[in-house]
Amino acid sequence: MFKHFIRLQWKSFFRSSSFGKGLALKVLMIFFGLYMLTALVMTGSGIYFILRELFPDHSPIWSISQFMVYWVLIELFFRYFLQKLPVMDIKPFLILPINKSKITHYILGRSGVSIYNLFAIFFFLPFAIVLLLKGYAVLNVLLWLLSIFAIVLCINYVNFLINKNDKALFVIIGLILTFYGLDYFQIVPIKEFFGPIFHGLYAYPLAFLVPVGLVLIVYWLNYKFLRNRLFLDDSLKTKKQEAKSSDLAWTRRFGDIAPFLQLDLKLIWRNKRTKAQVFISLLFVFYGLIFYTQEIYANMMPMFAFLGIFMTGIFLANFGQFIPAWDSAYYSMMMSQNIPLRKYLDSKAGLISVSVVVMFLLTIPYVYFGWEALAINFGSALYNLGVNIPVILYFGSFNKKRIELDKSPFGNMQGTSGTQFLIMLPVLGAPILIFTIFYFIFSVEVGVAVLSIMGIVGFMFKNKLLDVITKQYRRKKYGMIAGFKEKNS
Amino acid sequence: MIIADNLTKTYGSQLVLNIDHLEIPKGQSFGLVGNNGAGKTTFFSLLLDLIQPSSGKIVNNEVEVSASEDWKPFTSSFIDESFLIGYLTPEEYFYFIGDLRGRNRADVDALLAQFEDFFHGEILGQKKYLRDLSKGNQKKAGIVASFIGNPEVVILDEPFANLDPTTQIRLKAIIKELAASEGVTVLVSSHDLIHVTEVCERIVVLNKGEVVKDIQTSAETLKELETFFGG
Repeated sequence: MFKHFIRLQWKSFFRSSSFGKGLALKVLMIFFGLYMLTALVMTGSGIYFILRELFPDHSPIWSISQFMVYWVLIELFFRYFLQKLPVMDIKPFLILPINKSKITHYILGRSGVSIYNLFAIFFFLPFAIVLLLKGYAVLNVLLWLLSIFAIVLCINYVNFLINKNDKALFVIIGLILTFYGLDYFQIVPIKEFFGPIFHGLYAYPLAFLVPVGLVLIVYWLNYKFLRNRLFLDDSLKTKKQEAKSSDLAWTRRFGDIAPFLQLDLKLIWRNKRTKAQVFISLLFVFYGLIFYTQEIYANMMPMFAFLGIFMTGIFLANFGQFIPAWDSAYYSMMMSQNIPLRKYLDSKAGLISVSVVVMFLLTIPYVYFGWEALAINFGSALYNLGVNIPVILYFGSFNKKRIELDKSPFGNMQGTSGTQFLIMLPVLGAPILIFTIFYFIFSVEVGVAVLSIMGIVGFMFKNKLLDVITKQYRRKKYGMIAGFKEKNS
Repeated sequence: MIIADNLTKTYGSQLVLNIDHLEIPKGQSFGLVGNNGAGKTTFFSLLLDLIQPSSGKIVNNEVEVSASEDWKPFTSSFIDESFLIGYLTPEEYFYFIGDLRGRNRADVDALLAQFEDFFHGEILGQKKYLRDLSKGNQKKAGIVASFIGNPEVVILDEPFANLDPTTQIRLKAIIKELAASEGVTVLVSSHDLIHVTEVCERIVVLNKGEVVKDIQTSAETLKELETFFGG
């Protein structure tokens, strides 16, 4: 039986839509995957020496044990968001002559080899190898490694148990914050309390029985829980959000584009992926801190230009590059309804303009790092408003990949194609280049002035440009409709 | 009202639609029947300018659909669930369509009130997004949305599929009424011969993209169609 399951798993992996993607994207994803892997392995093998350096008085395995309680909690925290038990996959098996207990074991067992568990292995395995090379006791190290795997599996299964409950998340966050607080203010030495416990897994080889036993218990709990709930109206039920109607009456003042603006706001707010884009964009306000605070970049004006364009234009890039694919699920309706394409585009442009202004306002505090930062951000914002908005809308007409709105935003490449990479050149590269040229020939002021003037000129010709873009969308209409209909692309 | 001339659509070497001449007068309830792949949806998609004809043209009320967008204000349609916006509630969707067709909330509410028994209490005020409704209820919402804004041409692809019996009967009454009293041209496609013969004054049978029968509905029509499809 399990042989069948494994074969199915194999097929579902290699026939999944992500494997059917374009070559460029595939290469990029493989590259990214390899990068992650190498980074993990490198840190895993390097951490021994880093710990040696940082805490010369202690053995690295003692030092690393101190942090393990945080590792467990933080990993639980992340998994709460990222990892869900894919119960829906077993729906087709329910009516086949297969024991329910077998199905339960299958779905639980399958999660044991999930990618999230591999992360820890790729980190701890090199560390263990370094330990062995450094002459640590072989038996102790091997059993310690086994304990670590058991802990990883524990995290894996505990996550499924608590995942159903939002309170659990707050407990985890609360624990992390309290522990860290207690540690930081030296009220209760949390690290020193948990350190020896985790170190015990190394010091006393037989202690590996504890985490292994824990895994068995948690697995059994999961099994018990799931086995009795394999019904369509129980654990296999898809969660339905309760709809909250809102009429967004304030958008009325925008006149003709109001219905589209309302639609776009609902689009952003009610779908996971778009909502994540907004939060990510807001987080990028802090991106500047990484560079402004460093000496080497303090006088590197082209870097400032990059930051300016990037920070004020992050939502423009994130959201704009997938216009009109966000509406792909109902694009044929949009195209046959009484919709003036121009109004549709006006609304998108309006929304992005607001985002640029908001992002600029949020970056004003960077004036602390010199007036240049503010001036460049201002010029960049104007450039984004006047030039980049039409540019990104124009390139949007090349989008032909469907986006499924309710899919998870994490690592979601849906809708991505060569277009996305192409867009970044003119949107990000051109303004930086222009600024840099004028900065080197003349000065910062001239650079900013040129960006601003280009932006203002673009803004003056906004209507003309949007007319051209509208024509382009009309020309590309049939290709878009056909492309957006293709699922799993 | 609607005239198709020398209309063909080919994909590669495959001819999927080939209509010499088809004229649908204003106010007619027009039924399109055919097996899978006969070209029904292709014809509707061409009529809505969602795909381009390989040759020929369709004229909707003197507007050539692939040349101008002026047919949009008086034409409405529901082809499949890709015509719904999943993250809106049904009410929000109706108001959105209303906005596009120059109808305010009160107008839309007044129209919806007429469909209260059609909705059977499962559409309005449910606190559900359209994506979370059942297929049948999604269809009901889509069909009613296509009646918003007094369209002169209503295009419904397979409107009876997935509907429960009560709703099917109600929908038939609604379509008949539309065509009879308000002079609306209704285009319906269906796999269900009984439904179309009941609803439509005229039935056109498509087979492999060609018009093979063009019948004014009478008492014998159902028999005739059954013999045709039964072979």
